[in-house]
Amino acid sequence: MTHLKEVKCVVWDLDNTLWCGTLLEPGDVLLRPGIREVIAELDGRGILHSIASRNNYQDAMGKLREWDLHDFFLYPQINWGSKSESIRLIQEKLNIGMDTIVFIDDQPFERDEVSESLPEVETFDASTYLDLPALTRMNPRFVTRDSKQRRIMYQEDMQRVKDEEEYIGPRESFMASLRMRFIISEAEEEDLERAEELTVRTNQLNATGRTYSYEELYALMKSDHHKLYVCELTDRYGSYGKIGLALVEMQADHWCLNMLLMSCRVMSRSVGSILLSYIMQRARQDGKKLLAHFKQTDRNRMMYVTYRFSNFSELTNDGHGNIVFANDLSQVQGFPPYVEVMTPGAAGFPHSQA
Amino acid sequence: MTIREKIRSFIGANLLVSGEDEEFSDADNLFQLGYVNSLFAMKLLNYVEREFDITVDNEAMDIRNFSSVLNIVSLVEKIRQT
Repeated sequence: MTHLKEVKCVVWDLDNTLWCGTLLEPGDVLLRPGIREVIAELDGRGILHSIASRNNYQDAMGKLREWDLHDFFLYPQINWGSKSESIRLIQEKLNIGMDTIVFIDDQPFERDEVSESLPEVETFDASTYLDLPALTRMNPRFVTRDSKQRRIMYQEDMQRVKDEEEYIGPRESFMASLRMRFIISEAEEEDLERAEELTVRTNQLNATGRTYSYEELYALMKSDHHKLYVCELTDRYGSYGKIGLALVEMQADHWCLNMLLMSCRVMSRSVGSILLSYIMQRARQDGKKLLAHFKQTDRNRMMYVTYRFSNFSELTNDGHGNIVFANDLSQVQGFPPYVEVMTPGAAGFPHSQA
Repeated sequence: MTIREKIRSFIGANLLVSGEDEEFSDADNLFQLGYVNSLFAMKLLNYVEREFDITVDNEAMDIRNFSSVLNIVSLVEKIRQT
């Protein structure tokens, strides 16, 4: 049996799925009873919603607006193309794994078309919509502040992308105009649920892919031989939430980076190397060499490149993707000029809550 | 365009430099010229692989191979010959 991943996005059909009736036919369509509650419930758990419907975009969005549901749906694909193509677009825009998307539609033909082209996408018949919230895949182990805010954060991001596209001038000055702040801190107990969630949800920018439970993270946070860092990114649009995590093991003669990951949502913000640079700087201050564990997969090449371009070289490689990197820290990059980086203990850093 | 020109124009368009309209030579160290983040690194790698139809394996992904326009050109030429 295959292990199904936690769902990150539900893609809805509209006619006879989200509502009863067909929009382009005479007569009124009616929202399915209880569906608003299902959508809001999943949204509150950090599960996103989108649409793949063959309809007129303006008409369908108008209807959703009437019911005040339009805000729930990210990148709705309302067009006359195939549903698999729509789902592919949604997946690309949200930058999430195809195996974390599910599709709900009343027509077996559409479900089959999607299953055929995208076998990783689980499909559901429209009549089962009330059962969705109870599914294991729809129940993340923790619902964190970040998960509750997830849709809002994606919406802020859509605004950013739009502004970026419309911005005239060099990219550096656009980046500076965002007034980004990258805040690195040592994890506290309240960060651990989100930290566990990050280890489960992150694939592309993940050095080891190993997941850590809350209990393991708690022990590591309390350990004198470890440092567990979390980081948050904010800019003038709002906060991206806690988006990065690193675990350092401190040995007598070297530091070892056991885990490093960064949410894909911040990939386009060019902040992916900051946490790594910070740890390199700290290890060098301490007069230590730095090692790093890495598990190469077909999805985390960007992380491999990040290490190599930060002057890590392969110390060992077992030929099955298990790599230990080493860095003599002779070349350590500073922080990028377009981001204000706040580090633990630095002046002005909100170290303890008042 | 030659390999050198293509790489130059890619770097000119994608590397975030702090100064304005900074000129760079083919031998300049990119890591000192601007801020090399993981996104730029990945874009550069994808560009080189797609544009010149090569695969950069783990071994070739050494920072020195990517530190200047000249080094990238010789990396591309070396991989193409094998």
